[in-house]
Amino acid sequence: MRALLLRDLMLSIRAGGGFGLGLAFFLIVTVLVPFGVGPQTELLSRIAPGILWIGALLACLLSLDRILALDWEDGSLDLLATAPLPMEGIVTVKAFAHWITTGLPLVLAAPVLGVLLNLPGDAYLWVVVSLAVGTPALSVIGTFGAALTVGLKRGGLLMSLLVLPLYVPTLIFGAEVARRGGEGLTVQAPLLLLAGISFGAIALLPFASAAVLRINLR
Amino acid sequence: MSLWEYANPVKFIRTTDKVLPWVWTLAFLCLVTGLTWGFFFTPDDFRMGSTVKIIYIHVPSALMAINAWLMMLVASLIWIVRRHHVSALAARAAAPVGAVMTVIALVTGAFWGQPMWGTWWEWDPRLTSFLILFLFYLGYIALWEAIENDDTAADLTSILCLVGSVFAILSRYAVNFWNQGLHQGATFSMDREENISDVFWYPAVISMVGFALLFVALVFLRTQTEIRARRTRALLAREGQA
Repeated sequence: MRALLLRDLMLSIRAGGGFGLGLAFFLIVTVLVPFGVGPQTELLSRIAPGILWIGALLACLLSLDRILALDWEDGSLDLLATAPLPMEGIVTVKAFAHWITTGLPLVLAAPVLGVLLNLPGDAYLWVVVSLAVGTPALSVIGTFGAALTVGLKRGGLLMSLLVLPLYVPTLIFGAEVARRGGEGLTVQAPLLLLAGISFGAIALLPFASAAVLRINLR
Repeated sequence: MSLWEYANPVKFIRTTDKVLPWVWTLAFLCLVTGLTWGFFFTPDDFRMGSTVKIIYIHVPSALMAINAWLMMLVASLIWIVRRHHVSALAARAAAPVGAVMTVIALVTGAFWGQPMWGTWWEWDPRLTSFLILFLFYLGYIALWEAIENDDTAADLTSILCLVGSVFAILSRYAVNFWNQGLHQGATFSMDREENISDVFWYPAVISMVGFALLFVALVFLRTQTEIRARRTRALLAREGQA
């Protein structure tokens, strides 16, 4: 398991772009929003938590096809399937590697980009906390979507259609934590629900992803 | 004699061929009765005026939009557990019908909301969760279309249906949490609270039954079509080899 995790991390860092691409995309989305809605600082600071969440979500989505597609193409996924590691373990490790290379950088970059959007001072902590709690769910759900569409030639667009509705609850609770944190309200309820979604997804979805991947490799 | 005999495609086609005309007739009769009664022979509501008559389309279609997904869920489970092809095909056949029901519910809701709430669309929990349900239908249909191998497609979509159901329910409650509603609570319920009077109740029930029968008829028909299409493809493939 550790070998697989290291291999995935190495690949995503060394094999061009995967690592920084998500971050760059996050930056671009955040920069584009003020162009779209105008530079009024009070408006920006009100929508900043939501924009950061949507940006993180899109950056996550964009990097999903890298989780499995490359391994599918060069056949290493078949080798992994015959390895002693159960398929559930493989998809969990893949999702974890995706989170380290995409989710974690997004969490760390969010406060920096918050400055650009004039994020209110109280909200910094909660944006980081909510992203840290929510992005694992995004990675795990995304791995399920990637496993569903891995065998398709033009799976990217279809994957967005499948994955984005599944992201709705995570987005709602995550953005709610960030928003309430920024307004100084209590964040306990949405934060606990967000954590519940994350843990539930981590506990259950690998089974679905593994089943789907087995079908696809059949 | 067990229920599983109908999993045999031949038996399924033979039985539904016998049943279908009856279902069509009944659906037609119920819809005509329910809608005509509802539109022309009920009084206007004292607050909503004649717009209340949209209810005879809005409520049944919303009901069927949810029940169609439930039916797909059951059919997917049967496919996963017992691997009856008819079941997978029935799930596939139900998806577009369910999607259309969702659209009807959303559109009639918009027509109703415009004079009543003064807006076509409101980010209300019920409306939003229906929109999300519609997106689930779209994804499900798209996945069926995208995969070439029939069995693989059936497997993948049934798992998507299971996962999607969980997330659809999650979204339903998440959306509730996210915004308080404008839409009223359930007006109809099985134990029938006294929040709707008999003059509106009977035609509404009849059109609900009509919509349900219409759904059944369409699903039967579409499943038959799927079975026949698959058979034709198999025949053509055999011809090609010979």
